[in-house]
Amino acid sequence: MNLNELSLTEALEGVKQKKFTPKEVFTACEKRIKDIDDKIKAFVSVVPKTENAIPFAIKDNFCTTKVLTTASSNILRNYLPTYNATVYQKLIEANFGLLGKTNMDSFAHGSSTETSDFFVTHNPWNLNHLPGGSSGGSAAAVMADETIFAIGSETAGSIRQPSAWCGVVGLKPTYGRVSRYGVIAMGSSLDCPGPITKTVADAEIVYKIIAGKDPLDATTVDIPLTPAKNFNLKDVRIGVAQEYLAIAEKPVCKKILEAVEVFRKLGCKIIDISLFDPKYAISVYTILQRSEVSSNLARYDGIRYGSDRSNFNKENKRRIMLGTYTLSAGYYDAYYLKAQKIRTIICQDFDQAFEKVNVIIGPVSPSLAKKIGASSKDPMFGEKEDMLVEPSTIAGLPAISIPAGFVDGLPVGLQIIANKWQEDLILKLAKAFETETEYYKMKPEI
Amino acid sequence: MSNEYQPVIGLEIHIELATQSKMFCSCSAYHFEVEPNIHCCPVCLGLPGALPVPNKKAIDWTIMLGLALNCQIAKESKFDRKNYFYPDLPKGYQISQYDAPLCNNGHLEIKAFTEEQRASNDQFPTLKTIRIRRVHLEEDTGKLLHTEIDGKACTMIDFNRSGVPLLEVVTEPDFENSAQVDKFLKKLQLIVRYLGISSADMEKGSMRLEPNISVRKPNQKGLPEYKVEIKNINSFKFARKAIDYEILRHRELLEKSETPVQETRGWNEPKSKTFSQREKEEANDYRYFPEPDIPPMTFTKEEIREIQSWIPELPEAKAKRFVSDYQLSEYNTQQLIENKSLGQYFEKVVENTKKLSPTQIANWLINKKVNIDRVSPKDLIKIITESRQVFEINNEDLEKVIARVIKENPQAVNDYRAGKTQIISFFLGQVIRLTNPGIDKTKTTIAIIRYLTKK
Repeated sequence: MNLNELSLTEALEGVKQKKFTPKEVFTACEKRIKDIDDKIKAFVSVVPKTENAIPFAIKDNFCTTKVLTTASSNILRNYLPTYNATVYQKLIEANFGLLGKTNMDSFAHGSSTETSDFFVTHNPWNLNHLPGGSSGGSAAAVMADETIFAIGSETAGSIRQPSAWCGVVGLKPTYGRVSRYGVIAMGSSLDCPGPITKTVADAEIVYKIIAGKDPLDATTVDIPLTPAKNFNLKDVRIGVAQEYLAIAEKPVCKKILEAVEVFRKLGCKIIDISLFDPKYAISVYTILQRSEVSSNLARYDGIRYGSDRSNFNKENKRRIMLGTYTLSAGYYDAYYLKAQKIRTIICQDFDQAFEKVNVIIGPVSPSLAKKIGASSKDPMFGEKEDMLVEPSTIAGLPAISIPAGFVDGLPVGLQIIANKWQEDLILKLAKAFETETEYYKMKPEI
Repeated sequence: MSNEYQPVIGLEIHIELATQSKMFCSCSAYHFEVEPNIHCCPVCLGLPGALPVPNKKAIDWTIMLGLALNCQIAKESKFDRKNYFYPDLPKGYQISQYDAPLCNNGHLEIKAFTEEQRASNDQFPTLKTIRIRRVHLEEDTGKLLHTEIDGKACTMIDFNRSGVPLLEVVTEPDFENSAQVDKFLKKLQLIVRYLGISSADMEKGSMRLEPNISVRKPNQKGLPEYKVEIKNINSFKFARKAIDYEILRHRELLEKSETPVQETRGWNEPKSKTFSQREKEEANDYRYFPEPDIPPMTFTKEEIREIQSWIPELPEAKAKRFVSDYQLSEYNTQQLIENKSLGQYFEKVVENTKKLSPTQIANWLINKKVNIDRVSPKDLIKIITESRQVFEINNEDLEKVIARVIKENPQAVNDYRAGKTQIISFFLGQVIRLTNPGIDKTKTTIAIIRYLTKK
């Protein structure tokens, strides 16, 4: 086994037992990038120097003083930040070493990594397919063993959906659990950084390093990472959202129902539940996110950062225009304000569900990884692909995507959603599922 | 309704808070005559990924001013984004407060003449209540410096001021003339200084003023259908002049049955004129929405009570007390109140002496312009006491001294004889120098005149 194929847990253990040095792991990943990234195209930049540290990759919207931070946008193609994002800083302080920055949809505007201003990233399971997005580079890099683990960020689905399409583990923590400081903003009331890893145990390790209150982010909170008390699988009530199953394509749905049976076998109580139709979440999410985008991108006014506004791509411009419209006088009440009201209803809907069940499971994406080129045909591509992750992100809830099998050689992702601050419960259930199914052992031939 | 032209004036006043750090980052908020762009960080430069963390002290101080202006303090408040483009605004939006300001519905009383009183030459100003619509908190912008480099006109941006806490007081259009505005501004400035939350200095720009002016036609109901905003006024005097100029301009237009254009005008001091800066086609659309980077704020009664307890005795209360406790004249009281530390110094002196009356002390402090930073209250008591000791001198001795002074200053004597009678005070000074400051000045002056006219 090559060292780049190690999970984080294995790499830490091996270093501890002096089987190999962190530098050897770093070098193995560098070699892997050299060998295969021409095919995958996960990285937009790599660091020039090998480090004696277990390596990780980070999405290119996290500010790093070491290498350019472009958000895969021509607007920032030459931008070198003067400060580090908190998440990155915490990982460096925990003795991990940056390998490089991963590709994404430009300014995270998309669910395919196709809107990157630089190039398209390919799905390691089938190079003709998309990795998903916007953290497509991070998910593909992890699946292709180009890195030990990676960091992504999610506004709605940008961690979970590429993780599902690439067959890796992606954890989106509770909004406010992980600092956004230094993450180039997309939808500020929704953005959340999180780990993309090879196993659930790895996700837990990274999550615990990056979580916690940050004095530089006023929306982070000081709620302890309490372990789920007296965790017993037999006490866990799992809600299966019927509306979510109904939206998923049949083969995907079938895999999710198989996953339900795994949990039943593990002793969990399975309860069919009904949630607010996710299609409403699309409009709420679209309005709120576009409104915030229009404001967040105003700083790229052509005076600073060296590139004028003609460098915004089509998707960026669409979002700025729509968001400007929904905030305009006369339309604010009809769009933004109404969306906020429905956001409250969606939160209440989850509150009611969590009175009956501990977690909710369902498919991450209604479909399998789509073919390259799919996103350009549909201006609402991302919103539709992310329909099943939008309600939980709107409510700020934590959720994970874990591999739940394959259809036609492409992975299917199962999501587990819990109430706020219950990441630990999610991780314990995901671990039990992973141990039972061992899908993480499957590797693509590249 | 009135059958006269009635000016309608409202004010928007910006006051920069004197906090140590900026509104949303830990950079120093001090920016007056500082090397450009040294108090900057990712937050106040609006760099990608940077996030604002609100300054608690600035919020507390805004509430404190709100309480001093008799406002209702919001139980729930929030920050909003005000979206607009300007090169001095690095994020493309200003973090401000829109529909949930920290303080609402206050009022401040001023003693000033109403228009009717002015017209009828009334001697006694009445109390007038100016309603305060809101007091809110926002961040200041950077500063543009228009200059020339290598013969090319260019604009440079200094971000030291970017993100400095800025408080905005908005009044209702309750003012009827510039004198009322002047009184209000001076009173507000003094309150702010007493609270110690800003230097409120017009010249340095830590207090900025934008009057809105319109004139109601005779027998017109409600507010006029237009208003004119005046910008870049940097002294109270200019404010008065600009308002008076505008009122006259509007009247003249209205008398010709024209409606003044709704616009923003600037004040040109050398020409003593306002000039059109920009016409407002419609109200700007700032696309306000709640600032997602800052959670909403809530305030308990206890927290507000705590802030209330920080408010020191305010000028008005102090003035009342000075009149009732020390029987000072209104003039003396006003002089002592206008400078917070002078008032405090006065009280320290009064506490330390039984021989001197408060009025004697007040007179001395006001007339002699004592440097209160250098003379201790105890020393001052000594100085005043000594000056009050009467110096006795008999007529014969006095005449000898006068004779000497006159002999030594022949030119002054000539001047006096040539009609420059004010030279007498010079002779008096010379006599005091040779004798004692306690000498009877009236008696001495008469003696000098007598001596001069005798010969």
